[in-house]
Amino acid sequence: MSTQNDNPPNPLPAKVGDYGLAADAASEASPAQITPTVAMIRTLGLVSLICGLIIVGSFEITLPAAQANRRLAAERAVFKVIPAAKSIAEYVALPGGGIEPRVGAGDTAIVPGAVKFFAAYDAAGQLAGIAAEGAAKGYADTVRVMFGYSPACQCVVGIGVVSMRETPGIGDKIITDKDFLANFKALDTKVSKELAALANEIKVVKHGTKTQPWQIDAIAGATITSRAVGKGINEAAQMLLPRLVPNLDKIRSKP
Amino acid sequence: MNSFPGTGYEGKNWTEFMEGIWERNPVFVMVLGMCPTLAVTVSAINSISMGLATTFVMAASCWLVSLLRHQIPKEVRIATYIVIIATFVTVVDYAIQAISLDMYEALGAYIQLIVANCLVLGRAEAHAARNAPLPAALNGLGMGLGFTLGLVMIGGVREILGAGTLLGFSLFGANFQPWVVMVLPPGGFFVMGGWLLVFALVRARRERAAVAAQET
Amino acid sequence: MSTPLIEIRSAPHVKAPRTVEMIMRHVVWSLLPICAFYVVQYGISALASIVVVTATCLLTEKFFIRTGTQSGQLTDYSAAITGLLLALTLPPGFPLWMGAVAGLVAIVLGKAIFGGIGHNLFNPALVGRAFVQAAFPTSIATYTPSFLTGRFTEFIPSSVAWPLMIPADTVVWMQSKQLDALAGATPLAKWKFDGVMANAVELLTSLSGHMAVGPAPALVLLCGLYLALRRFMDWRIPVAILGSAALTAWLLYAVDSTRYPNPFFMLFSGGLILGAVYMATDMVTSPVTPRGMWVYGALIGLLTVVIRYYSGLPEGVMYAILLGNAASPLIERITQPLTFGRGAPGRSREGTPGYVSRTDADAAIPKKRFLRNKPKK
Repeated sequence: MSTQNDNPPNPLPAKVGDYGLAADAASEASPAQITPTVAMIRTLGLVSLICGLIIVGSFEITLPAAQANRRLAAERAVFKVIPAAKSIAEYVALPGGGIEPRVGAGDTAIVPGAVKFFAAYDAAGQLAGIAAEGAAKGYADTVRVMFGYSPACQCVVGIGVVSMRETPGIGDKIITDKDFLANFKALDTKVSKELAALANEIKVVKHGTKTQPWQIDAIAGATITSRAVGKGINEAAQMLLPRLVPNLDKIRSKP
Repeated sequence: MNSFPGTGYEGKNWTEFMEGIWERNPVFVMVLGMCPTLAVTVSAINSISMGLATTFVMAASCWLVSLLRHQIPKEVRIATYIVIIATFVTVVDYAIQAISLDMYEALGAYIQLIVANCLVLGRAEAHAARNAPLPAALNGLGMGLGFTLGLVMIGGVREILGAGTLLGFSLFGANFQPWVVMVLPPGGFFVMGGWLLVFALVRARRERAAVAAQET
Repeated sequence: MSTPLIEIRSAPHVKAPRTVEMIMRHVVWSLLPICAFYVVQYGISALASIVVVTATCLLTEKFFIRTGTQSGQLTDYSAAITGLLLALTLPPGFPLWMGAVAGLVAIVLGKAIFGGIGHNLFNPALVGRAFVQAAFPTSIATYTPSFLTGRFTEFIPSSVAWPLMIPADTVVWMQSKQLDALAGATPLAKWKFDGVMANAVELLTSLSGHMAVGPAPALVLLCGLYLALRRFMDWRIPVAILGSAALTAWLLYAVDSTRYPNPFFMLFSGGLILGAVYMATDMVTSPVTPRGMWVYGALIGLLTVVIRYYSGLPEGVMYAILLGNAASPLIERITQPLTFGRGAPGRSREGTPGYVSRTDADAAIPKKRFLRNKPKK
C-alpha cells in the first residue's frame, strides 16, 4: 500500500491507508492555531471568485451548442408525430385564452397555467399540424408523450414517447405495438361547441372494446401504461385545444 | 511501496495513478459512490459517460484543491472543497448538454449528484489536501478512471444480458431474449454482487499465495 | 463420515431415524404423483421442463459442494425438491434454457451464497422463480391449455427455444390448433384482466381439458395430507395460510360480491395450494415455534390475497411467501415460548435468556470452508 506523504513539511509518521477523512488534514497548521476570520472570508471569496469565473466561462462556451441540441431534439420529436413537417415554431397558449409566440429560453419564460406547443410547417410554409406534450403517471414513473394534432381532421394523428421508465418488454409496447399505435392515426379530439373542453373525453378502454373514434384500445397486459398515455393526451388536449382552435388562423402560415 | 529510493519522480507518479485503478478501485475495493454505480449502469455507454464525467471532476477538483491547499484554512476546508467540486460538476453538466442531450436525459440527476459522491470529497480531503498538484491530479485521474472501469464492467454485463448489445452493437442477432431484470434496479445489485465476489476470490487466492510464499 | 463406536450426546435423545435426508426423501416421493399428473396434463414439454430444471439444480448443488463453499450433501435430496417444485411453478411451455437459468439462480442465489442447506433465508425454488419472473416477464406469463391432443408427441414450440433466444410465439401455434388466444391465459389472469371467472370445482380437480392451470390442487392437498400425517410437515402452516386467505377473500366478497371473486375461486386458482403445502412449509425458512407458524401462515395468506387484488400482477403467492420468509426470524423472536419456571408475559422478564437464532444454536457447524487448501500453520 502506498501512503501519500511526499509533503516535506509533514512531520507525522506515515499512515497506512487514508480512508479516514480527517486523518491529518490539520497537519499544515498546528492544532492550537486559530485562523482569523478575515483570512477565512478572504479565502472563501477567492475560491468563489475562481469558481464563478470557471462556471460563467463554461456556460458561455457551451450555450450555443446546448441550445442547438435542444432545438434539434424538439424538432426530431415533432417531426416524428407530424411526418409532413419541415420546420417548427414554439408557441404558448395562455390561460385566459389566446396564443403567443414563445420568447426566451428555459421554463421560466412561461406564465403559470400556460401550455407550450409547437406549430409544425411543411416545406411550403403552411401549417402541417400542432404538437404538444402530455404526461401522466404510469406503472413506474411519469410517462411523457408528444402527440401530433391535425387541425384539418381535428384529431390526433400520431404519438411519440418523450420519456418513460416503464418495464421493458411490457410497458414499452406503447411504442412498438402496431395495434396500439393504430389508435392514434385519427383519434377524435373535436372541441365542444362552447369551446370549453373536448366534445368527447379521450378514454382508454379494455383491449378489443373500442367502438368510438375518441376511444383508445389498451394493450392487453400493459393496461396501466396504456391508460397513462390516454390520460396524458386527454389532459393536455383539454387544456390546449379549446384555447388553440379559435386562434388557428394566427398560425396558419410560417411567421 | 511508497519509497522508491533512487528512482525518479515518474515511478512515484505512476503509483499515484495506478492506485485508483486497481489497488484501491473505488467501486470494487473501496465500494464508494454506489448511488451512481447502481443507478446509471444500464448500458456500457452510460457507464463510460458517467465515469468520464466523474473522472474529470475528480482530476480537476483534486488539482485545484491541491493548488490552494496552503491558502485554505482548516475551519472552512469542507465548504471550500464542496464549492470547488460543485463548480466542476456544473462545468461537466453544461458540457454534456452541449455534447448530447440524449445522454443528458439518460444520466438524469446523477450528473448533478456527482457533488454528493463521497468518493470525490474523500479524495480531496484525504489526498489532494496533502499533496502537490501533479500527484494530486494524477491520483484523482486514476481514481476516476478506476471508477469508470468499475462502471463499465457493471454496465457492460448489464447491457449484454439486458439488451443483447455492447456499446450499441448487437451481439446475438435480432432474436435475442433480453433479460429484463438486468436493466431494472435489481440487475445492478446482482451484477455488482457478482463482481465483488470475483474480486474477493482473487484477493483470497492472492493472500493465500502470499502466506504460502512467506512460509517456504 | 464414519460412525463412532460410542456416541455421547446431550438431550434430546431422539430414537426415531428422522434424519434430514429421510424427511426430504419422503417429500420427493410425495411430489412424484404431482409431477406425473403434471406430465399427463401437458405432455413431454412438462416432462422435459421437470428434468432440465431438476438436473440444473442438482448439478449446481454438486458444484458448490465440491468447491466446499456449501454445507450438505447431494444425497440429502434438498436440491431435488427445489428443482421439482421450481419446475411445477413454471409454465409447462417455459423455454428450457430459461428453466435452466431459474434452476441455477435458485441454488446459487437462494442457497449456496448463504452456505447451503439449513442456512438459506428464502425458499430457493421461489428465489429462482422470482428471478425469472423479473427477467422474462413475457415468457413466464405464457401458459398453454392442458390436455391438448398430441401433447405426448410434440413439444410446445416455446419450450425448445435456442438458448438466449426469444421463444416461438405460442399464440400462432394455438391458432393452428383452433384455440383462441384466451385459452392460454391462466384463470387468475382471465379474472384480473378480462373479468372471466372459472368454476372452483373444475379448478380443484383440474381434470377438465383446455385449462391453463398448474398441478391439480386436489392432488397437492392429498399428497400434503400424507406428509402431514407422517409428521414430515407441520399442518399448522398450510391451514393458517388457506384459512387466512379464505377469510380475507370471504370478507371482501361479503363487502362487494360484484367486484371481488368468491373465496373458493381464490383458494383453488393459481399456485396457492401448492405454495401453502410445499413452499411455505420449507423447514429452513419458516418459524419453528407453533404460535409463530400461525402468524407466519396468516401473514402469507393475507398478503397473497392483497397482492392478487390490488397489484399489477395476477398471482401473488410467490412474493407473499418470500415476504413471509423474510419475516420469519422476527416472528420467531416475538413468539418465543416461555422458559419453564419463568413468569408469565408482562411480568419481569429479567434473566430470561434472549432469542437464540438458529445460527447461534448450531454455531459449531458452520465453518468457513472458503479456503479448501488452508496453509498449515
